[in-house]
Amino acid sequence: MSDKILVIGEAREGELRNVSFEAVAAAKKINSDAEIVGVIVGEGSLEGLGKELIHYGADRVTTVSHEKLKTYTSEGYGQAILAVVNDESPSGIVMGHTSIGKDLTPKLASKLQTGLISDAIDIELDNNQPVFIRPIYSGKAFEKKIITNGITFVTIRPNNIPPLEKDEARTGEINSKSVDVADIRTIIKEVIRKASKGVDLSEANVIVAGGRGVKSEEGFKPLYELAEVLGGAVGASRGACDAEYCDYALQIGQTGKVVTPDLYIAVGISGAIQHLAGMSNSKVIVAINKDPESNIFNVADYGIVGDLFEVIPLLIEEIKKIK
Amino acid sequence: MNIYVLLKKTFDTEEKISVSGGRIEDDAAEFIINPYDEYAVEEAINQRDAHGGEITVVTVGDEGSEKQLRTALAMGVDKAVLINTEEDVEEGDQFTTAKILEAFFEGKEVDLILAGNVAIDEASGQVGPRLAELLGFPYVSTITSLKIDGDSAVIEKDVEGDVEIVETSLPLLVTCQQGLNEPRYPSLPGIMKAKKKPLDELELDDLDLDEDDVEPKTKTIDIFLPPEKESGRVLEGDIADQVKELVSLLKNDKKVL
Repeated sequence: MSDKILVIGEAREGELRNVSFEAVAAAKKINSDAEIVGVIVGEGSLEGLGKELIHYGADRVTTVSHEKLKTYTSEGYGQAILAVVNDESPSGIVMGHTSIGKDLTPKLASKLQTGLISDAIDIELDNNQPVFIRPIYSGKAFEKKIITNGITFVTIRPNNIPPLEKDEARTGEINSKSVDVADIRTIIKEVIRKASKGVDLSEANVIVAGGRGVKSEEGFKPLYELAEVLGGAVGASRGACDAEYCDYALQIGQTGKVVTPDLYIAVGISGAIQHLAGMSNSKVIVAINKDPESNIFNVADYGIVGDLFEVIPLLIEEIKKIK
Repeated sequence: MNIYVLLKKTFDTEEKISVSGGRIEDDAAEFIINPYDEYAVEEAINQRDAHGGEITVVTVGDEGSEKQLRTALAMGVDKAVLINTEEDVEEGDQFTTAKILEAFFEGKEVDLILAGNVAIDEASGQVGPRLAELLGFPYVSTITSLKIDGDSAVIEKDVEGDVEIVETSLPLLVTCQQGLNEPRYPSLPGIMKAKKKPLDELELDDLDLDEDDVEPKTKTIDIFLPPEKESGRVLEGDIADQVKELVSLLKNDKKVL
């Protein structure tokens, strides 16, 4: 049977997000023989984005461009994507588990009366049946989940399924579809950029996170410097957010974001179970803390017992030497 | 205003998870209101106090969910409904829950539905948007501010750390994000009053549903714990040397720099 899997691409500031390429790779994992059809929704010319998705493994791409699709709304994007789904009748749909993915896919699944497996971090095949692995209880456990009825609809967590290698010689058809976008009841009046500082937490390869031990908003400055030399993002424990050293948007833990970077540097974080739930599946964990009894040392690969305001500047120096 | 809150009980965040035979052991676990649903309860109370009306909290769960409903009543909610699926649904999914709630809301006058943006156990975040779609309501997820004026609403929505200002209209479904408010603790008089507030129990039959209508579309086939992390190494010596050693280990052994 020839399968067809739709991959919903997601652009930010005119560029496709990495997770869109990872979604193509995920579709290939679901069925390596399937035709991968990319869908890109937005405003203006989307052909360049379509080409890029093809370079990363999509076979062809359908774009839907409309002035009402300039900013994401679930209703606008929903209408556009459902029109493509109706044309294509895919056997599967894959999208990134991003802010937009989380908001949009349940609506699509509800409309299509299908199941939806959210936030998969890996895909295995069991007799050609895709089995999705996803964290539950904020990563304290994992479940294996299958679709028992209807199309294979899944969102994937950024940074977990590696994208295919980019092949600029790869070509494919790019069709633009016109959709009459009507009746949008949620109007985005304004977007206030707060997170533009550096890399997005959920997609960062390196995270430097601060806790109560950082002591003040001012105290986060060296953490930002360290994150910058590492090309990473800054996160925080709930304690640091509650104490107003930083915004709740940075919170990592059971409430807050769950992250799995290659390198997680926990600075002045004691390691409450709720925080560990949000980061303990990181590949390498470094803990810097004054208190040698801190729980964070139990999950860290490497620990330094010391004053963070002494350790961090030294660390920045050393890393600059090798970069 | 007719305000509804969707609530789920979850494991206390302090709980360690143990698994046996591919299932989570929950016999001895402490349960709480899903923390994101607490923001929804608090917001419902604030909106009712500002605009008048009545709040009903609804959960799809089992006998044990009564405790979390009573807590919501003690916080200040007016009425509670437990849709008890223990006998009818062996293992539902988000499709199941949304379908049950759709049937519950059929024929009801609704102005506002609030839910958590995600439950900290299964963390799919699907039920709110799914239900809004089934009811034909607009929805806004991960909200951090809600201002209602007549039939219109102005909302601040968290989008990966940025803030979107969204204008929309009632009836409306929103899912709540941290930062929206500071949920209150139930007061002693609140707890006393809660005992007398109405708590209705419904089953699928009462909603004119049978098991086939809500048959899940997905299935969990296994649950397992992450591999135990080997205990790490606390470096020793002069701080400057420790930092040098750390950078070398990260670069050469772990290859993450």
